[in-house]
Amino acid sequence: MQALSRRRFLKISAATFGAGAVGSQVPVVPSFAMGAKPAPGKVETIPTYCEMCFWKCGGIAHVRDGKLWKFVGNPRDPMSRGRLCPRGTGAVGSHYDPDRLQKPLIRRGERGKEEWTAVTWDEAFNHIADRMKKIAAEHGPESIALWKHGTGARFFEHVMRAYGCINKAAPSFAQCRGPRDIGNLLTYGTGLGSPEPTDIANTKCLVLIGTHLGENMHNTQVQEFAQAVANKATIIVVDPRHSVAASKAKHWLPVKPGTDLALILAWMNVLVTEGLHDKAFVAKHGHGFDKFAEAIKANTPEWAEAETGIAAATIRATAREMASHRPAALVHPGRRTNWNGDDAQRSRATALLNALLGNWGRQGGLFLQAGMSVAGYGFPKFPAAAKPKVDNPDGRWPFADEEVSTGLREATITGKPYPIKGWVVYATNLLQTLPNEKETLEAISKLDLLVVVETHPSEIAGYADVVLPESMFLERHDDLYVGWGRQGWTALRQPVVAPPGEQKPAWWMAQQLAGRLGVGEFMPFKDMDEYLAKRCEKSGIDYAKLRQEGIVMGAKTPITVEEGAELAFDTPSGKVEFWSDQLAKAGFDPVPKYTAPEAAPAGFFRLITGRAPVHTFSRTQTNPLLADLMKENELWVNAATADAAGLKNGQYVKLRNQDGVVSNRIRVKATQRIRPDTLYMVYGFGHTSPMLKRAYLKGASAAQLNTRYKVDPLMGGTSIHQNFVTFEKEA
Amino acid sequence: MLEITTTRHNPLVDPVLSVWSWEIPVYLFFGGMIAGMMVLAGLNMLRLARGERPESFYSVQTPVLGFVLLNLGMGALFLDLAHKLFVWRVYTAFEPTSPMSWGSWVLILVYPVLVASALIRLPQAWPWAGERLPVLHRLSDAILARPGLVKALAYANVLLGIGLGIYTGILLSTMVARPLWNSAILGPLFLVSGLSAAAAMVHLVSSLVPGHPAPRGFLGGAFAMLVQPLGANPPEPRTADGLVKADLGFLAVELVLIGLLFIGLFTSSASHAAAADLLLGGKYALVFWGVVIAAGIVVPLALQSLELGHRIPHTVVPALLVLAGGFALRWVMVGAGQASHMIAASGM
Amino acid sequence: MARFGMVIDTLKCVGCMDCVVACQTENDVPQGHCRDWIVTETRGTFPTLTMEIRSERCNHCDNPPCVTCCPTGASHVEDFGRTVQVTADKCIGCKACLSACPYGARFVHPDGYADKCTFCLHRVKDGLDPACVSVCPTHCMHFGDLDDPKSAVSQLLASRRHHTLLPEAGTKPRVFYLD
Ligand SMILES: Nc1nc2c(c(=O)[nH]1)N[C@H]1C(S)=C(S)[C@@H](COP(=O)(O)OP(=O)(O)OC[C@H]3O[C@@H](n4cnc5c(=O)[nH]c(N)nc54)[C@H](O)[C@@H]3O)O[C@H]1N2
Ligand SMILES: Nc1nc2c(c(=O)[nH]1)N[C@H]1C(S)=C(S)[C@@H](COP(=O)(O)OP(=O)(O)OC[C@H]3O[C@@H](n4cnc5c(=O)[nH]c(N)nc54)[C@H](O)[C@@H]3O)O[C@H]1N2
Ligand code: SF4
Ligand code: SF4
Ligand code: SF4
Ligand code: SF4
Ligand code: SF4
Ligand SMILES: [Mo]
Repeated sequence: MQALSRRRFLKISAATFGAGAVGSQVPVVPSFAMGAKPAPGKVETIPTYCEMCFWKCGGIAHVRDGKLWKFVGNPRDPMSRGRLCPRGTGAVGSHYDPDRLQKPLIRRGERGKEEWTAVTWDEAFNHIADRMKKIAAEHGPESIALWKHGTGARFFEHVMRAYGCINKAAPSFAQCRGPRDIGNLLTYGTGLGSPEPTDIANTKCLVLIGTHLGENMHNTQVQEFAQAVANKATIIVVDPRHSVAASKAKHWLPVKPGTDLALILAWMNVLVTEGLHDKAFVAKHGHGFDKFAEAIKANTPEWAEAETGIAAATIRATAREMASHRPAALVHPGRRTNWNGDDAQRSRATALLNALLGNWGRQGGLFLQAGMSVAGYGFPKFPAAAKPKVDNPDGRWPFADEEVSTGLREATITGKPYPIKGWVVYATNLLQTLPNEKETLEAISKLDLLVVVETHPSEIAGYADVVLPESMFLERHDDLYVGWGRQGWTALRQPVVAPPGEQKPAWWMAQQLAGRLGVGEFMPFKDMDEYLAKRCEKSGIDYAKLRQEGIVMGAKTPITVEEGAELAFDTPSGKVEFWSDQLAKAGFDPVPKYTAPEAAPAGFFRLITGRAPVHTFSRTQTNPLLADLMKENELWVNAATADAAGLKNGQYVKLRNQDGVVSNRIRVKATQRIRPDTLYMVYGFGHTSPMLKRAYLKGASAAQLNTRYKVDPLMGGTSIHQNFVTFEKEA
Repeated sequence: MLEITTTRHNPLVDPVLSVWSWEIPVYLFFGGMIAGMMVLAGLNMLRLARGERPESFYSVQTPVLGFVLLNLGMGALFLDLAHKLFVWRVYTAFEPTSPMSWGSWVLILVYPVLVASALIRLPQAWPWAGERLPVLHRLSDAILARPGLVKALAYANVLLGIGLGIYTGILLSTMVARPLWNSAILGPLFLVSGLSAAAAMVHLVSSLVPGHPAPRGFLGGAFAMLVQPLGANPPEPRTADGLVKADLGFLAVELVLIGLLFIGLFTSSASHAAAADLLLGGKYALVFWGVVIAAGIVVPLALQSLELGHRIPHTVVPALLVLAGGFALRWVMVGAGQASHMIAASGM
Repeated sequence: MARFGMVIDTLKCVGCMDCVVACQTENDVPQGHCRDWIVTETRGTFPTLTMEIRSERCNHCDNPPCVTCCPTGASHVEDFGRTVQVTADKCIGCKACLSACPYGARFVHPDGYADKCTFCLHRVKDGLDPACVSVCPTHCMHFGDLDDPKSAVSQLLASRRHHTLLPEAGTKPRVFYLD
């Protein structure tokens, strides 16, 4: 007989053996006798914004009888519009996840051996502060660097900067949207940031190059994508894989991976040679259009057909279709654009294609982001930096406008221009996030101190000297989120439930550290409540109301030409740069030029990667709710390719890459939904930290196979799709 | 090409339905066998009521055996229930559309009939109890003294037996969702299979340890009551022959019904044909062809024909084979039936 | 009396499973079980493919075999919205209803009784949409009274092509999929 849960047992004994015995503990059975509860309880609702990914949707947590019950969208919030994505909804699972870190840990054995001593917070901070002071004394505070991803990093960055640590890096630049932002910066004079100002809801023609909305669950965009589908907008999807978005598209172009630039150039060639582009926009706002037109003359659809595998007729037809809808035709600029190492130029080509469609600042195109100004708390001035940052020595990547993560890693390895001896890693699993884990481990071997602030025993935490367990976002305060979008807004993060163990919020840790490093005056507030209240007060925001509603909206301003907005471009020419003088001057192609990707060696296939809707990177695989829906990733193999390789759907296989790295085993998904020359797997699986019990060795890690990467010469982005793999059958 | 993926992952439901494992086949097997025994016993009790062959062992002995086996079957059923504390809920409702509800209530009737029938010879069959509980003798005598009552019991046995036997098939056949079961033949098939199992069981218990003086004590006596009817008086060869003959008939009919079942399935929808394939060529083929058809029907048919022709001596082998085949039939039907599912006829 | 049903737009659904996660938290669905799930059907050969994505659950059939087979009346048609419900305290866990449902919509709750989608009557009673409907980021799910010609569900069915699952089972499902 199955064991009964306690609650159920009480209920049965009451029903069977006389209700009197347990009396009021028995929940009232609703009038319609539904089998399953939920038992009515006292429900409290508290708004806060989500951090299951970096989209930062506003949500409302429901706490039932003091326990976290569910997390739903906040209707006031422009990101969620009252609806979260599956990971946001599943945030409840991250709170209850038994694999979470519980106590501060100090390493006992060798790095990476995962032998720990649980210590008090005091011991942990004293240990860290001692080591930091030692490094600062020997090499200067600049030799301690911060790795960060996520809201909570804010106060670590602040305190470390106050202490003189100027080096920092986030993977969201070189490993993610950097190429996209630089491509747009070079063209329009501004990056696009997050959330991207894409008016998908109103577009008549949406082109997705890679961008796999529906699997990529950036909530607002997925919502608007569905709206576009419902509006019968023409959808064109360029993807070697039949993505979910492709299944909604009128045209699916299964491009050969790495050849997208050829396709984009050919599209532009058709628009220009057929005179379909927005001539008025180009005339008014364009710089160097004639030279541009000349440069892309040879990029005919016929030329592109040979490169991309997409029929010239299809290229023409889709270009004409885009033009027929302009300016409400939108080529999504992409997000994770670090594919091939020439990504800033490809992104620039996408930007130029949008420019030809004249959709900048237009309805159904790219709108002009509106923000909201919120005052800071008011801190003392930081000390001046005594040394340059190490991540981009001599401007090796001249157009990088944020820190280059692999540059910081390289400086740590080489000790040049000066040694990096300490890393503080906040919420980024560097061993899964950065390319070539060997280099990351080599860099780690040079460190005197590796502090990892984590919610989970991630791979990077496994190598830490000190692990600081952070409370998850539903259990803590963070700084305000001031969002930019169709209208500016400010969102509040506040604790909803208590953490299950000794976990603490990042701001508190930073404050504790500040005191011990002698920069306590940079964290002068009593607690976050006081900090937030002061910022609100200075900005004219009603803090009490914000605590109740979670969101406050900024003023509505025009964001499109249709609404009366004026266009201005912050480029050297003050115009949209079809021809880029600054690129030419720096020795780069002023108009993007295509180079063919390398062919795979015989018997090898190109490995590409992407997202699954229920997981975020490598951070949710132990979430019991989300793991329940996807425990491991699958290897997408074209059915014919699988047949030829003797692989059956559902069997396990290992992959070996060109450098001999062998993956963990992964299940074959033999499918029609991918090109025969390409393999695909979702990134973030194949965890090797045994403390991640639910995720340990489930599926394969795309990152582990990413040993060969190219670096974007413009901005230092590192490619992910440069690896070729072959099958190693399981015995 | 059609690729279907699902994220559903409920235990016992995915990847294939497997809510019923050994317990339900055991229950159906015992149920069918008891049904058969009731029919056989009932027919013989009619003769008893007419004053014929009052000693006929299986008219009076099988109810005791049936009663014991029924408890085993019900035990298996109970083990299968996932919500055991609520088992009594079956008897706070009668659901006219539910074969299971009908079955539960039929079983409620079966029990007293079996008990009353068993009482006829209980004190003789189990002297230990008879000596200690004189009331058993009085009850036995009272029943035997009233031919009308015996007759009523006889009819009750036959009718309830048929009902119970068919019910074990109907229980499955009403489930449209499981194409393999979707056949009106299942009821008669399970009834006939129950009859043959009953004949085999009675034959088996009556010929086990023959000729030995029956043990008399509490345990030994109880045991003898079940497997060595009437102790030192084993059934006469005529009786055994009668059972074997009857079983030949049952097996032959069973074979025909199985044939009809498949003809029906193959001439129905794609789902039904696919379901039939599970038995004929799929995962269940080995047990179906090997145990149900060959060992359970064809071989016993042959052996028993030879026995009747006195070409070979009577043994318990055919009976054992028939029982194995009868259980295997329930087992493959329940297993493959759950594995069978409706296939969408239309596109999307 | 209302007759509740669901209309799901397969053109908009992206298969993100938010509906599944929402059901889990809303209804305390035990881990390792689910009341709703996603089915993806892909037809064709690379590169000519079509795909339908469906969020599936109990269809609250008009003609529910799970109810007719239930020996205790635990599975029943609830007056409220003519929905199919299970009364846990009447259920003996015989699993006949699991066998009888052509859609595999039911499972045995670890506490022993048959469980499945309730159409979130506890929410509907309060005037809310079912949890899955209310979270769906693509707004592809609609819930309402099929007998009310003015309801959103009725109007969608009147204006769009649609299908149900396994109509040949004769169950008359009340979850409809817009093509
Ligand atoms: N559920 C979920 N959603 C997420 C995230 C998450 O972790 N989980 N992360 C968020 C973040 S930070 C980011 S950056 C985004 C990333 O999401 P996107 O920006 O959408 O990422 P892409 O690189 O475009 O996505 C990979 C897609 O590109 C296709 N692809 C691979 N190689 C090529 C190629 O050479 N050419 C073309 N045309 N297509 C190719 C793949 O088949 C896959 O469909 O997702 C965001 N949304
Ligand atoms: N091979 C490969 N590499 C990639 C990508 C890819 O697709 N393939 N994608 C790239 C992209 S687009 C991005 S944006 C990056 C993402 O890179 P990361 O942001 O590094 O992503 P995660 O792997 O999720 O690592 C985050 C870590 O933070 C922890 N964490 C989660 N929440 C919290 C919190 O609230 N507080 C603290 N302190 N810790 C927390 C998690 O446990 C996890 O270990 O990866 C990039 N790298
Ligand atoms: S997109 Fe999803 S995970 Fe990301 S913030 Fe929004 S709800 Fe949370
Ligand atoms: S939440 Fe909506 S879009 Fe996502 S799978 Fe469910 S029905 Fe489809
Ligand atoms: S879908 Fe299945 S469980 Fe739901 S009403 Fe129909 S038959 Fe019953
Ligand atoms: S499992 Fe419960 S609900 Fe299902 S048929 Fe049996 S008693 Fe009825
Ligand atoms: S209606 Fe409620 S119970 Fe049914 S699937 Fe949706 S959330 Fe789950
Ligand atoms: Mo990213």
